[in-house]
Amino acid sequence: MKLSYYPGCTLKNHAKNFEDSTLCSLKQLGIGVEELPRWNCCGTVFSLTTDDLIHHIAPVRNLIRAKEQNADKLFTLCAMCYNTLKRSNQRVKDNSEDLEKINDFMYREEINYQGDVQVLHLLEILQNEIKFENIAKKINKSLGGLNVASYYGCMLVRPQDIGFDDMENPSSMDDLMSTLGAQPVEFPYKTECCGAYQTVDNQDIVAERTFQILSSAQSRGAEVVAVSCPLCAFNLDQRQKKTEQNYPEFKHIPVLYFTQLLALALGCPKKSLRLDLHHIDPKPILKEKGLI
Amino acid sequence: MRINISRQKLKNPLVKKIQELSGQNLLACYQCGKCSAGCPSISQMDLLPNQVIRYAQLGFTDELINSKTIWVCASCMTCNVRCPKGINIAEIMEALRQILLRQRKEHVDLNKLSHEQLCELPPIALVSNFRKSSS
Repeated sequence: MKLSYYPGCTLKNHAKNFEDSTLCSLKQLGIGVEELPRWNCCGTVFSLTTDDLIHHIAPVRNLIRAKEQNADKLFTLCAMCYNTLKRSNQRVKDNSEDLEKINDFMYREEINYQGDVQVLHLLEILQNEIKFENIAKKINKSLGGLNVASYYGCMLVRPQDIGFDDMENPSSMDDLMSTLGAQPVEFPYKTECCGAYQTVDNQDIVAERTFQILSSAQSRGAEVVAVSCPLCAFNLDQRQKKTEQNYPEFKHIPVLYFTQLLALALGCPKKSLRLDLHHIDPKPILKEKGLI
Repeated sequence: MRINISRQKLKNPLVKKIQELSGQNLLACYQCGKCSAGCPSISQMDLLPNQVIRYAQLGFTDELINSKTIWVCASCMTCNVRCPKGINIAEIMEALRQILLRQRKEHVDLNKLSHEQLCELPPIALVSNFRKSSS
């Protein structure tokens, strides 16, 4: 199996731990990955106004790049890229007039896009194409009862026709964690918004959300929180500094990408985990559990 | 609070603009309040999501475009997926933000961010913030 990969802006810098751990995991699973050449920013958010076609150009241009590689499927790691690419794709598929205008705008492109690239998230590929039972066969180091609260956030699960899991009670990441030998922790804030981009101009709102989400996971016994979005990761990890200031009773908890836990279980070298990129150091708990 | 409803307000052209930009029928809302019940941001809002729709239905657009609420909403889509009438409330919030941004009434100014902030924040946060809060 060979997969076309769209990284997006943050996977090459702040979320290098997300990318490196994914690439190593997929290699261990025997899956080839081809990064899209000449990819561009997807715009990060899907345009919600009816007349704002210009902001669908960037996502659609990436889908044209996939077609240039003869790929009919494109996968992302970032939940925001996944949502934006998939929703723009859906919009042009459902609206031929919009698609025609967008193709006309990009008349220098050799491919006239037809809406025929399928946008997937890695979690969806692990679950439906590679399948968890096959991952289980390749486990090198079971996560030995590590209590993991899986946080899905917004963009993987909403709206319903875009998400690949139950939008109120998703379970794919929890099921993956069970497969890896970890103990999934159920908690009610797993699809609650982290405050997203408000982290730029309203840190208090993000601190409030981080406090609620992480305290809830901790109260159910979580030792780490797993995420699938670089913006959620930034808010839940880096903003623990602000959370601590605003809520003195708050206690730290490490936040990891689900792929770092996957890489750990598949026996990837420690350097692919990039555990140095975290604000709250996950190494003590991983050492305590004998995982690193 | 005394509220005066008038025919003039109901015919406010901005109401039509909100409906056009959002693609939503404001009158479909019967004020069940489910959007506000599930919204994670209400602690920071001056108008609840269901109140935003009610104000829009009645033409109180000044209150809407001056509200904190439209900037506190981060389009997490919880209200949209739970509305029993299928109204996309997040699209109505976006329409209100766009009405201001299309007049260059910026909510966030890149030049006001400090060097430390620009170094600390990941591109995903900056790009999404500017896409939502500037023109």
